[in-house]
Amino acid sequence: MVKKIMTGNIAAAWGARLSRAEVIAAYPITPQTIIVEKLAQFVSDGELKAEYLHVESEHSAMAACIAASQTGARTFTATSSQGLVLMHELLHWASGARAPIVMANVNRALAPPWSVWVEHTDMMSQRDTGWIQFYAESNQEVLDTTIMCYKLCEDKDIQLPAMIGLDAFYLSHTSEIVDIPDQEKVDKFLPKFEPAYPLDVENPLSIGSLSMPHQWYPEFRYKIQEAMERVIPKLNKIEEEFYKEFGRKYTGPLELYNTEDAEVVLIISGAATGTVKETVDILRKKGIKVGVIRLRMFRPFPSDYLVKALSKISFIGVIDRSFSFGHEGAIYSEIKASLYGLNAPLIKNFIVGMGGRDITTDTITKIYENCFSCLKNNKIDIPVEWIDIKV
Amino acid sequence: MKRLEKLVSIKDLPEAPVSNVPSLNQKTGTWRVFRPIVDKEKCIKCSICWRCCPDISIEIDNEGFPIINYDYCKGCGICAHECPKTAISMDREGK
Amino acid sequence: MKRAGIPTEEFIYSGHTACPGCGALLVARYLLKVLGKNTIMNIPACCFAAIPGTFPDTCLGIPLLYNAFETTAATASGVEAALKIKGKKEKINVVGFAGDGGTADIGIQALSGAIERGHEIIYVCYDNEAYMNTGMQTSSLTPKGATTTTNPLGKKGGWRTRNKKNMMDIVAAHDIPYAATVNPSYPMDFVKKIEKAKNTKGTSYIHAYSVCPTGWRYQPELGLELGRLATETGLFPLYEFENGRYIINYKKKTKEVLEYYKLQGRFRHLSEDFIKEVQEYIDKEWQKLLVKEECSNR
Repeated sequence: MVKKIMTGNIAAAWGARLSRAEVIAAYPITPQTIIVEKLAQFVSDGELKAEYLHVESEHSAMAACIAASQTGARTFTATSSQGLVLMHELLHWASGARAPIVMANVNRALAPPWSVWVEHTDMMSQRDTGWIQFYAESNQEVLDTTIMCYKLCEDKDIQLPAMIGLDAFYLSHTSEIVDIPDQEKVDKFLPKFEPAYPLDVENPLSIGSLSMPHQWYPEFRYKIQEAMERVIPKLNKIEEEFYKEFGRKYTGPLELYNTEDAEVVLIISGAATGTVKETVDILRKKGIKVGVIRLRMFRPFPSDYLVKALSKISFIGVIDRSFSFGHEGAIYSEIKASLYGLNAPLIKNFIVGMGGRDITTDTITKIYENCFSCLKNNKIDIPVEWIDIKV
Repeated sequence: MKRLEKLVSIKDLPEAPVSNVPSLNQKTGTWRVFRPIVDKEKCIKCSICWRCCPDISIEIDNEGFPIINYDYCKGCGICAHECPKTAISMDREGK
Repeated sequence: MKRAGIPTEEFIYSGHTACPGCGALLVARYLLKVLGKNTIMNIPACCFAAIPGTFPDTCLGIPLLYNAFETTAATASGVEAALKIKGKKEKINVVGFAGDGGTADIGIQALSGAIERGHEIIYVCYDNEAYMNTGMQTSSLTPKGATTTTNPLGKKGGWRTRNKKNMMDIVAAHDIPYAATVNPSYPMDFVKKIEKAKNTKGTSYIHAYSVCPTGWRYQPELGLELGRLATETGLFPLYEFENGRYIINYKKKTKEVLEYYKLQGRFRHLSEDFIKEVQEYIDKEWQKLLVKEECSNR
């Protein structure tokens, strides 16, 4: 175990290195570049035994990763924003092919206007691709989640790909102390990748065949959902094992912070959670009962966990750092749907921090104040409110 | 992997759409309109008909004569057209 | 073992769903006969995505990875890279097998990338000169004068007015170690070239003439005759690009374009003057090819 100061990008590269990724196909994009540069350096230095493919697009990066995974290699790629949405077609392909690829995505806004700063729309718009989605809060979590993801994704009960979101600049380019686990321990924790249906000349299979409406198409889709339903229980086990091996505890799909007796709880994902926690501490000192829930995972969506966590809460504010145009924030939609038919508390959506606009303790304090004001009037003023818009 | 025959329910499926049953169960001979007939008298056993068959439905017997597998032959007529001795005729099916 | 000049072993099962007289099937059949059992094929959306049959059937006796339309070369790159890191590449051929649209149009970026990276793959374009699996829409390899469903014959013309993209020149511009045109009407030449591709270090590109009776509208029995005419007219010259040198394998350009065009429904509407124009273009291209051969072998 070595402690080093490193950015989220470097942590992602270390996650792939410690997991012994064998094929890396990647295309550079700001602010992901350092992940792929670092991996290329590891390969150049002989510290990582991998084939590094300088593909000509993110689309080809994902295509090569899918094929390499189906051939039997552990694969890794990293992208961001425009690169992720360019991959979109193949994200569907990866899950349909049940290829357990692990990918780091530096969450960044989409153009136009051009913006290289944080937003979650890139990953939120991949909601239906059949990928497991994590959103990290710290660089340590980026590294640890990468390793855990391989164990999760490659499990015979799962066989699905996963993406790990790390917020542009707030994580990708911000240095923190990160524990680098021992390679030996990682090797013990993470067994070698054994694909379920490898391309093997001794046992020839045609992988990805056509299926007519009356044949097996819906069944194969159903199987993806069945695997998705096994993800959270499996994750809980893997996190327990990880804790035993490495001493760091993760709490499944949600992280609860001061929610026990809270009147108002905000729900958020990504690095800005830190700011919310700090605000909670400030407000708590003043005797204001606030808490926060961090959504670590967006797919599969942890409905049951949220329902349980929110059962005694009077008011919920959902912070979305993305937007589904013509409707509302994606996390807000999911949480409302999860609470449907139950004795649901008041719930309001805040659209915050788009295109990297800073989320400060002031921003969050205002949001908590707004929640309390709605709670007092027992009425939501504006159900979906964009915060900090210059009017 | 076991051959994926007799699939009845979702429980019989692999996780991904991987196929391993040879297409031989598809009897494409039913598509045929014209039927190739080999005249052994004219045949010089050159195997050109075997070589040019896109349906891989011509075999060569021990004596070197072509045998047409009507289970799969779609009746394209390339064999008849390419035969250097016009030893293959194409007859309308059901005549 | 060989029979009639080609290996006897088959790696495609009968019962596939190719149209009667399909050229792509012969291309794949000859290709696999030469490459043999230790071959992995990558196939995108194209006729050959449907030909093997539906799950759980397959007409291929070797591993096949289906891939998205524009990804054949990238997919093959991924397979090759994985085999390399697993120490298995030495004895396994990795093939990309795509149609003209999947190669010259939507897949050209991935192909360019793979050749530039130098992956040891054999990329085969079976060129049936239009998007045939979707019902005969124009591709950039549809020949001048042809009608397709997106170049439909109308009161004001409508047929294709552009010439085919020259894929061999495009891959040659990448300094590819080996590229060749093949035509199932010349099976021995075909076999020889696939053997070369098999032994090439780095990327090989094979451009295969692939008749389509359904889309070109001719009697299916004429498939191989059309192939011979395509080469004898100079419309589909047989040549190689090997280590920077052009080699023309068949120089008897003895027939006129008209002979080839008149057998196919897709060209039926054309005037003699128009076909003359095509003839002039083909003659010029043939001259260029002769010069390329001469200059590159000096």
